[in-house]
Amino acid sequence: MDAIFLQILNGLDKGSAYALIALGLTLIFGTLGVVNFAHGALFMIGAFCAVTLQRILTLSFETIDPERLDFLGNPLKVKTPYVESWFGPEMGAAIIDWSVPLAILFSIPIMALVGLMMERGLIKHFYKRPHADQILVTFGLAIVLQEIIKYFYGANPIPTPAPAAFAGSFDFGAMLGFDPNVIIYPYWRIVYFLFSAAIIGGVFAFLQFTTFGMVVRAGMADRQTVGLLGIDIDRRFTIMFALAAVVAGLAGVMYAPINSPNYHMGMDFLVLSFVVVVVGGMGSLPGAVLAGFVLGILESFASMAQVVALFPGINQIVIYLVAIIILLTRPRGLMGRKGVMES
Amino acid sequence: MTLIRKPLSRRSILRAGAAGGALLAAPTIFTSRAWAAGYVNEPTGSTVTLGFNVPQTGPYADEGADELRAYQLAVEHLNGEGDGGMLNTFSSKALKGSGILGKKVEYVTGDTQTKSDAARASAKSMIEKDGAIMITGGSSSGVAVAVQALCQEAGVIFMAGLTHSNDTTGKDKKANGFRHFFNSYMSGAALAPVLKNAYGADRNAYHLTADYNWGYTTEQAVRESTEALGWNTVETVKTPLAATDFSSYITPVLQSDADVLVLNHYGGNMVNSLTNAVQFGLRDKLVNGKNFEIIVPLYSRLMAKGAGANVKGIFGSTNWHWSLTDEGSKAFVQSFGQKYGFPPSQAAHTTYVQTLLYADACERAGTFNPCGVVEALEGFEFDGLGNGKTLYRAEDHQCFKDVLVVKGKENPTSEFDLLEIVEVTPVEQVTYAPDHPQFAGGALGSCNSGA
Repeated sequence: MDAIFLQILNGLDKGSAYALIALGLTLIFGTLGVVNFAHGALFMIGAFCAVTLQRILTLSFETIDPERLDFLGNPLKVKTPYVESWFGPEMGAAIIDWSVPLAILFSIPIMALVGLMMERGLIKHFYKRPHADQILVTFGLAIVLQEIIKYFYGANPIPTPAPAAFAGSFDFGAMLGFDPNVIIYPYWRIVYFLFSAAIIGGVFAFLQFTTFGMVVRAGMADRQTVGLLGIDIDRRFTIMFALAAVVAGLAGVMYAPINSPNYHMGMDFLVLSFVVVVVGGMGSLPGAVLAGFVLGILESFASMAQVVALFPGINQIVIYLVAIIILLTRPRGLMGRKGVMES
Repeated sequence: MTLIRKPLSRRSILRAGAAGGALLAAPTIFTSRAWAAGYVNEPTGSTVTLGFNVPQTGPYADEGADELRAYQLAVEHLNGEGDGGMLNTFSSKALKGSGILGKKVEYVTGDTQTKSDAARASAKSMIEKDGAIMITGGSSSGVAVAVQALCQEAGVIFMAGLTHSNDTTGKDKKANGFRHFFNSYMSGAALAPVLKNAYGADRNAYHLTADYNWGYTTEQAVRESTEALGWNTVETVKTPLAATDFSSYITPVLQSDADVLVLNHYGGNMVNSLTNAVQFGLRDKLVNGKNFEIIVPLYSRLMAKGAGANVKGIFGSTNWHWSLTDEGSKAFVQSFGQKYGFPPSQAAHTTYVQTLLYADACERAGTFNPCGVVEALEGFEFDGLGNGKTLYRAEDHQCFKDVLVVKGKENPTSEFDLLEIVEVTPVEQVTYAPDHPQFAGGALGSCNSGA
């Protein structure tokens, strides 16, 4: 029982990441009709926003300590971050410690700008081209972005810890009457789940309750008619692209403490997120979120030793297996619109 | 599959017969001259070309970059430039800083991408197009085994870079291939006594193992060594190589009776699994009245850097560390540090040493002929290259030397000062018989000069 509970918890945070990325993918597909393979790269750039802010906050000046020697026997150069000298050691250390939450604010304008540049600079030229062309160009873009990040940050993962206040784990077991120390869950992962839920809720509320959102939804249903009404739907769709980029970026920022960011992390999530979109139903926002969580939890269960012992290798294929079953039995996906992808 | 060898003709049979006859007839003192018969990529001009096959793209690109720095330094030293580095401390004095056999050393580089097929393609290109006489480098056992087999077929020497799987000098060993780096068995043998001292003989270990060749041999080596000392293995779980989030593999550990977690992971896998394990509070846990402990059998500096503060206090093993104070290590750290501004990694060390060992073997053999080099390296004993007295064993072409047990440092003074040496395990403790079950199968075969 406790094992099942733990795997559900595990699935929730993994599912949060899938859901956030798939939500952005669906927004772009639903509004612009573009299959964006560079979406994983946006998630990765988000994580590197956290890395960058951490680097900016730890920018240091060097002083020479004649008492201590470096590995070559020369006097040791001691680095002191500027923020520590400006705000005092304690305040400075606290600011550096909170670099990941601060990166949320830092990343929003950057991600919006990256999204706008991507849409205006490249993707708009491919609206009327076949999906295969869109996939090729966005996949190429993903590789370019990946290599740019690798050039500046190297290929090695970069540790980006969460604030010390969120270190450690919460003991769910003790709360629910199980043995203590058995069902424990890291605080930061709980924060990640709550943060994702808030973002997902925010996006839905934005689309549901604002005039802008209403116009976008109308545009998704019938672009031409909305255009005929004199509404500049293209501009709104560009803004939606930027919004999707921000959502992916925020997912990346908050994910940085869970796994040290590296240039390849976007690709790791991209393929799975596409499966999530297909399972959820192309173009369905609630479907993307639902499928994200369902697949995240299924993946967690499939990697339990008992399950792997029964079905060797199931942990590596479960998501694709589910995708095949869904596509065979319900081609429009869990919550896809009737008739879409169905002949 | 033959790659470069020419089809067997009557002429080549006659030539081989003649060479064989001459070899049998010649007294031993003239052996080196007997190798003068033709061989692949025999250098005819004033230069000799070495092929450095390292990951320049992909997940191990940073490690590859450090290997390349070491190779460039080795070439400088061989050509008599710079301060000479380990040439001054090497017990063999055959190298004079005048290139190899009087020929200036030049090099070409290839990108393995840490993929076996890409590594083979780049090695093949360096041999066929650039005329490389020796291939060296790599940061993965899969790549090392693949390139070693190619070099054997092509008739050039392969001096392995960072490869830790038992199989490189076990079931996949080849006469033309040589490994200076240590292996999984040695890690297990060096770690087990230290772990027993630190954590006691009554422990329950849970293994998470990367699902590929290196993971299996490391798990087996650590499991067998620790079980021999009284530890119990509770569970071994294979994790996909592509896994990035290990939480669903870590949580079952919490529910097991285990009080030790062994992470048979390398590179990004290790960074993520260790980070996840620490996040889940494993190190703060008490099981059966004992502190829960984590072990990382193979450490590298780049991994320690990626995992950050999570490595503090965690045991592992390495082939070499820049804080060693023997003359050889000091000389190498000095030259590398002066040139690049930071201390070298173990990957840089093993590749630098391999280049020197190859050059020295050519000098001693008096030829670049692979069969001459093989003979010069087999059973070669040396010192002054950073690991104490070392033997290149003839039976499997594996170096036998002291192994370092290290621990994540509690108070690092710089981004390179992440590990501290806990013990230098003497070579006797990590030596095994050539037919040890962990190395069973395969055969060296005979050297191939490609002629």
